[in-house]
Amino acid sequence: MLIFTLRRLNLFIFTIFLLTVLSFSLAFLFPGDALVNISGQVSANQEVLAELAQSYGKDQSIFNQYVIYVGKVFSGDFGVSMISDLPLLDVISTLLPATVELSLVALLIAMVLGIPIGFIAAIRHRKNSDNIILSIAMIGYSVPVFWVGLMAIQLFSIELSMFPSAGQISPVYEIERQYGILLIDILLSDSNYKWQAFSDATSHLILPAAVIALAPATIFIRLARTAMLEVLETPYIRAAKAKGLSFAQVVYSHAIRNALIMIVRHIGLQFANLITIAMITEVIFSWPGIGRWLIESIYQRDYTAIQIGLLVLSSFIFIVHILSDFLYAALNPLARGKKYGS
Amino acid sequence: MKKNRRLIHFQLSYTWAIATCLLLIGCSTDEDISLREKSIIYCSEGSPESFNPQTVTSGTTIDAIANQLYNRLITYNTEDNSIVPAIAKSWHVTRDGKKVTFYLRKDIPFHQTRYFTPTRGLNADDVLFSFNRILDKESKYHQVVAGNFPYFQNVNFGGLVNKIEKINDYTVRFSLNYPDASFLAHLASTYAVILSKEYADQLSLASNEKQIDQLPIGTGPYKYQEYKTGSLIRYYKHPDYWQETNDAQQVVFDITPNNSGRLAKLLAGECDLVAYPIAHQPIINNPNLTLESVTSLNVAYLGFNTAKPPFNNKMVRRAVAHAINKKAIIDAVYFGRAEAATSVLPQSSWAYDNSLTHHMYDPELAKQLLTQAGYPNGLTIDVWAMPVRRAYNPDALTMAKLIQSDLQQIGISVNIISYEWVTFLRRLSKGEHQSVLLGWSADHPDPDNFFSPLLSCASAETGSNRAFWCNQAFDDILSDALSTTNPNQRKAFYSQAMAIVKEEIPLFPIAHSKRYQGKANYISGKSLDAFGGIHLGNIQRNVEGGE
Repeated sequence: MLIFTLRRLNLFIFTIFLLTVLSFSLAFLFPGDALVNISGQVSANQEVLAELAQSYGKDQSIFNQYVIYVGKVFSGDFGVSMISDLPLLDVISTLLPATVELSLVALLIAMVLGIPIGFIAAIRHRKNSDNIILSIAMIGYSVPVFWVGLMAIQLFSIELSMFPSAGQISPVYEIERQYGILLIDILLSDSNYKWQAFSDATSHLILPAAVIALAPATIFIRLARTAMLEVLETPYIRAAKAKGLSFAQVVYSHAIRNALIMIVRHIGLQFANLITIAMITEVIFSWPGIGRWLIESIYQRDYTAIQIGLLVLSSFIFIVHILSDFLYAALNPLARGKKYGS
Repeated sequence: MKKNRRLIHFQLSYTWAIATCLLLIGCSTDEDISLREKSIIYCSEGSPESFNPQTVTSGTTIDAIANQLYNRLITYNTEDNSIVPAIAKSWHVTRDGKKVTFYLRKDIPFHQTRYFTPTRGLNADDVLFSFNRILDKESKYHQVVAGNFPYFQNVNFGGLVNKIEKINDYTVRFSLNYPDASFLAHLASTYAVILSKEYADQLSLASNEKQIDQLPIGTGPYKYQEYKTGSLIRYYKHPDYWQETNDAQQVVFDITPNNSGRLAKLLAGECDLVAYPIAHQPIINNPNLTLESVTSLNVAYLGFNTAKPPFNNKMVRRAVAHAINKKAIIDAVYFGRAEAATSVLPQSSWAYDNSLTHHMYDPELAKQLLTQAGYPNGLTIDVWAMPVRRAYNPDALTMAKLIQSDLQQIGISVNIISYEWVTFLRRLSKGEHQSVLLGWSADHPDPDNFFSPLLSCASAETGSNRAFWCNQAFDDILSDALSTTNPNQRKAFYSQAMAIVKEEIPLFPIAHSKRYQGKANYISGKSLDAFGGIHLGNIQRNVEGGE
């Protein structure tokens, strides 16, 4: 396990190094002055600029500048937004939890729906229900998320008035911010309208989370199906059957557990995919998350925000990936021996 | 198939679990009624620039702040736009029109918030402070915004007001340098709000003068609670408000610049009111929603350059006026969302003369007039169409094309000309045009704001009179109308003025466009005004028939 940890750590450091190099070089590749791009101080006067140049080590070699930049990033000095002039660390720490909340709920929905349906498909292999599940999964995977999002708003918000169409919570509720994860903050708050707020926030969350979950859920269906089919072919299942266990007992006690391990391995990979979908969905549902903010920053040519946003978002995805690798390794001792990270 | 029974059971229970979850979630949305029912959500189109109307002119900002947070000495009656008491319970104008005395109400409390607790109600000191802030260049509060009070600068308030005196705690006198009937209109405009001197003094002690425009204290129906930049403004009810208002506990401005997103929020019941809905049909078709509209104080017109041929000939102008089908223009350019204009002054103005009639659309008559004017075989004219989109004229080019085909009927062929906006305005001011499609938006509802800028001799030389029309009799009527404050006399003068405009046709008024607002049916009362922003204090949220 130690070797495995070291390997992953190595991979982590190397990836973060590449990401920071990319982010750092973007300051030079974007149009305009590199110092302004990296600090976000668009309306600074000469004195402030001179001070900034000093603090970013503009008189030193490129390598030293990079080291200073990395130091600043890791100490939380992300610069300010070129458009709103707000410190980017504050902006990101407000927005990232909203995205995390949305993505985790979406992931949960995708898993809760996708995996059991996949198992059912595998158990009913080559039967009608299998074919139907596979076809639906294929359709669900193929429809573009922006279309699904808009249709969901049209149907569930406007026609049926079941769910709200935009935002994280109705603006009538004032929730004091503690952890940034809204549902938790609501439960911790001492507002008189706590439960109303909670149910309102939940109903705001359902629709975007379901839209995001659609594509990953279809992938989980196919993963679960393949995993289950593979497991059902293995000798120990045959042995279990030979012992005289019923098919249901075999599936419950042996097959599901072993199939799940194979799926856990893919959760990390799916998470990256999910974040990409979440970014688009955030725009459609006006969700106050980092993806919507990043897309707006791109529209507004807020170069400082783009650099830092990319760095934070990709690091975040990568960390989740590594964590899921650890989870997999903890569950499955065989994986610890694998030499290369993926 | 015994071995499969448990599996089928598993599948069934799984399906049930999911269905129950969905059902529970579906129900939970109906429970959030009570705080939602105690709140009014207004979905606005943009963010405010400041929380003090004195320092801005943008309509979006005025909508969000002016009538919600503040009161003025006097205000407008929303029905007929006449001036009525507000903070001042009465006022008196001397015979020479140069001294105006206001008698203030004694029962007006300021907001109590987490950053300010008032010890006294509104009195003369607050009035003096609010206006001296604009007039006194030495004042710290003048300097803190770099003397930037755009509305008051535009109307030369500093040149008009000589001094403001406190007669006693509840009496204030304005001394003017010259009589001006629109003075009261300036004080009633949404920009002339009364601030708290006590709050200002408290801020001065902390050398934090800037805060007065950011964390506002006023006397209006709502008090400031929070502003999340670009996302929402939250006001709480001002519990001791001195006028009748609704019992909403809070008012939230949900800032939604995206046009279709804003409409969706209204349709999905997330907003109670929505500004400038992008499409009207979904609101009209929905039995739970109402589309409100008000004719704004603006006018779109076809101006004739009366300084050069062919439009120096009144007969030609008349011919064109009778040849244009106004109704078709309103249908095609405004999609029916405008009122046909009979004069430059909108029908909603108190000075409007109801006996005024349109130039009838009558191509036969137009042809005759053209022949009388000496053009039996027709002629060719230029129509300049402005290149930008304005509230009063959303599409000047289409309008020009419609006019082109109308005039074709009576033998006038039209060249449509358009330049880039800055060039357009420059060439226009030089008088290079023969006729031009243009418009005007009023700053305040005083009728003079329509006539003087568009048609007086003075504005023909330097201002916005693009007809270059100068009629001494007309000018005399305008100055007579300004030198009296008697509304009936003024109305009579403006009727004469409108009659002259109708007879002479220096410009052909086309339309007064409307402002729209969508709202849920459980909101009653009128919040939309022809000018000067919305009044959320005037509406009621009825619980019955709500969700």
